[in-house]
Amino acid sequence: MVDYTEEKTNGEEKETEEAHAYTPGLKVKKSTTVQKLRRLPLLGEVFVNEGETVKHEDIVARTEISGDPEIVKISMIMGLEPEDTPRYMTKQVGEKIEKGEQLAFYKALFGLIKKEVKSPIDGTLESFSEITGQAIVRGAPIPVEVDAYIPGKIIEVMPKEGALIETHAAFIQGIFGIGGEVHGEIQVVVSSNNQVLEAEMIKPEHKGMVLIGGSRVTLDALKKAVEMEVSAIVSGGIRHEDLTTFTGEEIGVAITGQEEVGITLIITEGFGNMNISHRTFELLSEFEGYSASVNGTTQIRAGVLRPEIIIPHDMVEDDSEEALSQGMVPGTPIRIIRQPYFGAIGKVHGLPVELQRLESESKVRVVNIELDDGEVVTVPRANVEIIEE
Amino acid sequence: MANLNKKTEEMQFIIATDVGSTTTKARFFHKKDGEWRFLVAGEAPTTVEAPYEDVTLGVQNAVREIEELTGHKLLAPEGGMIIPFDGEKGVDLYCTTSSAGGGLQMMVAGLIKSMTAESANRAALGAGAIVMDVIARDDGRQTYQKIQRIRSLRPDMILMAGGTDGGASQHVMEIAELIKAAEPKPRLGVAYELPIVYAGNKSLRPQIQELMHEGFALELVDNIRPVLEQENTEPARRAVHELFMEHVMSHAPGYNNLMKWTDIDIMPTPAGEGMAIQLIANTFKQNVMGVGLGGATTNVYSIFEGRFVRSVSANLGMSYSVTNVMKEAGLENIMRWIPFNLDTEEVASRLMNKMIRPTTIPQTLEDLIVEHSVAREALRLGLQHHRTIATRLKGIQIERTISDMFEQAVADSYIEMMNIDICAGTGGLLSHAPRRIQSMLILTDAWLTEGITRMMQDSVFMMPHLGVVSTVYRDAAWSIFDKDCLVRLGTSIAASGQEKFGESVMDLTIEMPNGDVLEEKMNLGDLKLIPLTAEQEAKVHVEPANQYDVGAGPGQELDAVVQGGVAGLLLDARGRPLYFPTDDQKRKDMLLKWFKAVDLYDEKALEALI
Repeated sequence: MVDYTEEKTNGEEKETEEAHAYTPGLKVKKSTTVQKLRRLPLLGEVFVNEGETVKHEDIVARTEISGDPEIVKISMIMGLEPEDTPRYMTKQVGEKIEKGEQLAFYKALFGLIKKEVKSPIDGTLESFSEITGQAIVRGAPIPVEVDAYIPGKIIEVMPKEGALIETHAAFIQGIFGIGGEVHGEIQVVVSSNNQVLEAEMIKPEHKGMVLIGGSRVTLDALKKAVEMEVSAIVSGGIRHEDLTTFTGEEIGVAITGQEEVGITLIITEGFGNMNISHRTFELLSEFEGYSASVNGTTQIRAGVLRPEIIIPHDMVEDDSEEALSQGMVPGTPIRIIRQPYFGAIGKVHGLPVELQRLESESKVRVVNIELDDGEVVTVPRANVEIIEE
Repeated sequence: MANLNKKTEEMQFIIATDVGSTTTKARFFHKKDGEWRFLVAGEAPTTVEAPYEDVTLGVQNAVREIEELTGHKLLAPEGGMIIPFDGEKGVDLYCTTSSAGGGLQMMVAGLIKSMTAESANRAALGAGAIVMDVIARDDGRQTYQKIQRIRSLRPDMILMAGGTDGGASQHVMEIAELIKAAEPKPRLGVAYELPIVYAGNKSLRPQIQELMHEGFALELVDNIRPVLEQENTEPARRAVHELFMEHVMSHAPGYNNLMKWTDIDIMPTPAGEGMAIQLIANTFKQNVMGVGLGGATTNVYSIFEGRFVRSVSANLGMSYSVTNVMKEAGLENIMRWIPFNLDTEEVASRLMNKMIRPTTIPQTLEDLIVEHSVAREALRLGLQHHRTIATRLKGIQIERTISDMFEQAVADSYIEMMNIDICAGTGGLLSHAPRRIQSMLILTDAWLTEGITRMMQDSVFMMPHLGVVSTVYRDAAWSIFDKDCLVRLGTSIAASGQEKFGESVMDLTIEMPNGDVLEEKMNLGDLKLIPLTAEQEAKVHVEPANQYDVGAGPGQELDAVVQGGVAGLLLDARGRPLYFPTDDQKRKDMLLKWFKAVDLYDEKALEALI
C-alpha cells in the first residue's frame, strides 16, 4: 500500500523522498470564479449562445446515440438454411418495423406449415446475414441531454459539443462522495462541526435540500434522508460499515458518482468519526439558505475528480487564488491525513532536509508541525495536506 | 520496430523511461570497463493530463533531472534525445514503456469460454493489456446482456478469436455480428476507428473482412488455436503491439512526438516488466514466478517450462485499489495476519482512508503491519487469479495414468509451487519494505512457496526499462539487472504437508561456507532464518518426516546447494497449507513467534503493540 512513486534510490540504499512534498489541499473557497464544461459524449446540437444566462435545469445540448440492437435468429426459428432465408423476409434492410410486426414468413405444404418471425422491438431492420441467418433490428435512437448543472453565464460555445458556463461562487471540495449532480438549498442541521448527524434531525421540510452535518452521518440518517427526498448530505466522516450497508456493496475502487441510492453524499474529511473542518463548516453555515450545486462524483486515479459543492453568489471578495500552490513554508496551515495524528490541524514548524527514520523504520522526508495545542510533532511529508484558505 | 543508430556492442550510454500514470521515471545506463551498469535515476510527474496534455514534457523533466545530476547533456534542443553519443553528449539508445492514461485496455472475444476465448485472453494479457471483459458464446450471459456490456465498454482495442482453422464458422460469425451490432466506441478520440484483431478460423477471413471493414481498423492474423492441441498467441500479440503504436498511442497526448524520439516501439509497461521476468527465467533456465504489486493493479507472471503467462488483477493494489483487496479477500483474511488487537471497523476505515489519500505512507509500526497484511492478501488473490489464466489447454485429451484415477482430477492450472524455482517481486510496498526480510516473508506467506525457492526483488524500479532494452540488447539489460536491480533476498526451504502441531516436519544438516555444520530440527509451526549472504552458498541435506515433501517426494531426502541473500536462508516448517490455530489468542501468539523468529520488525516497537 505504500505508494512511494517518487523513489530516488541507488542500489541497495532505500531511502525515499516525496517529490511532491505534500498532497495538494482540497479547495475551500468563499469567493471564486467557477467554470463548468458541459459536453456531450458524441457530437450533437447545442441550444445556448455565448452571453446567455442559464439556470440549473436548462438543457445546454442534446444528441442521440444509436438505439440498442436486438439480434433475431430468423433462420433458426424458421428451420431454414441461412442462405435460403432472404426470400422469406417480409421486411427489407433499412425499413422501419414495429414490435410484433412480421419480419419473415414461410409457408409450405399448401399452407399446412406456416412459420413467421416477428420483431421483438420497435426499430429499423439494420441487416440480415446469410452466413448466420441472424437479423439485427436496431431500436429507436436514445436521446442524451446535458443540463447546465450550475446557474451562470455561457462564456464559450463549442459547436456540436457543448458550452462553458461561468459563475461566481463559493467552492468547496470533499474528499469522497457518492451520487451524481443535484442542487438544493443549503440547510445546516447540526449545532457544531463535531456533532453527529442523526436521523431525528431530518424533517419533511428538508425535501430537496442540501443538509450540512458535522463529524459523522449515521446509517439511519442516510435512510431517513432518502425517505424525506433530501437532495444531498455533506458530512465530515462516515463509518465504513454504514456506507457499505447504505450502498449495498463495498466500494472497492474510488470511482463513484453513478450510484443510484436516492441521494448524493459528500464526505469532507475521511472515514470514521471526523469533525468537518471549522472553515468548511463556517463557510457552509454562512451560506445557509443559498442554492448549491452538488456532485458526489469521485475519481482517485490519474485525472483526479473530487466531489464538490458550488454555491453561486454575488459577494465579490477575492480569495487569493493560487497563493498557496507554492508548497509548504514555515507557518503554512496543515492537516495531518494519517495515523497517529489523523485529522490534527496545525502549522508547519520546520522542514528538515535530511531523511528521517520513522517508527515503521522507513526513511523519508518529514515535516515538523506545531499542533493547535502547541505540541510539535514530526510526520512524513506525504501524510499532510495544505489547508487552502 | 527497432531503428538503431549504432551496433549494440559499440553503445556506451542508454536512456530508458517509463511513462507511468502518475510519474515518469527515467533511468540512465552506462558501459564502463566493458560492463553495463545503472548510473542514475530521474523522475518527474507525468504530463498526460490537462493543462499539459503532452507526455514529452514529463519525459524531458525526468531526463533533465538526470542531466542535472550527472552533467551529461542528453536533451536535444529541437526535442528528443541527442543520438548517438558523440564522445561528450547524448546517448546511443532511447526507449520507453508507457502505462499513462490507463495503459492498454482491451476487450476479448472467442467462441468457447474455456478454449478460444481463454487463449485470446492469454494473448491480450501477454501483450500487456488490461482485459476489460471476455465475451464468449457460453459465458452465461444473454445476447442482449453481452450487447449492453460491449456498448458500455470503451476499449482501446478488441481481440477476437473463434474456431479452429476450417472448424466452426457460423457461431464465430454470430460473435462477430454481435460485436458489430453493439457498435463499440474507442476510449480515446471520437473520430477514429476502433482497432480489432481477428485471430480466429482463417477460412472466415473474407466474411470477417466484409462485415468489419467499415467502422473498425481490422487486422487479420494467424489463428490463435489453429488446432485444438495448439495455442499460437504470438501473431496476435505482435498485432496488438503494432496497433497499440499505430492507433492507441498516436491518439494519446504527445505520443506522436514521443514515438519519433524512441529507437524502439513504445511498449506497454507490463509487457516490459514481463520481459524482465523472462530475462530471469532465460538466464537461470528455471521456472520463475514474478509479481508487480502496484498501487492500482497486481501483475503476476509465470515462466513455467518455457511457457510465459501474465495475468493482471486490475483492481488489486495497495493504494487506489486497497479497499478492493479488502472486498475480495474479506476483512477477516486481512485481520488473520495481525498479531495484536485492532478493531475491524478501525482497520476498514484506515484502508478506506488510504484509498482516498493514496500517497500517504505508514508512520507507525501498527500501520505498517496492517499494510503488510493487506499485501499478503493482494498477492494471494493475484496468484489465485493467475492460476485461472495459466491453465492447461482445454478441449484436448490428456493422457492419464492409473494414479490419476485416484486423484479428483488433473488440476486446471499447471502452476505448482513445488516446481517453482525462483520468485521475484517488484512494486512500491516490496521495494520499500524497511527490512528486506519483510518482503521475503510477505511473498512466502502469500504464495506459500514449497521446496527450495530462491527469492528476489528489485532494488530500484526499472524492470520495465530493462525489459524493453532487452528486446534489442539482451546482454546489457541482464548485466544491469544482475548487478544493480535484482536484490537476492535469499532462499526458502519449505516442506509441504500439515500433520500435528509441534511434531517433526524436517531435519536439516547445513554445511555453511566457513565449514561449520548446523543441525536443525524443525517441528510444525517453526520458522527460522539463518544468515547467509548473497555471495555465499551452503550445502543442505533435508530429511523430511514421512508425510512431508521438500521436492523429492513425501518423506524423501534431498540434497541441494542453496544461495544466500540480504535476508538469508529461511527454514519454513509452518506447514502447507500454513498452520493457523483456530483459537484467536493462539493465532496471535503463533504470528508473534514467527515475526520474532526472523526479526521481522523492531522487537521493542512490536512488544509495545501487544
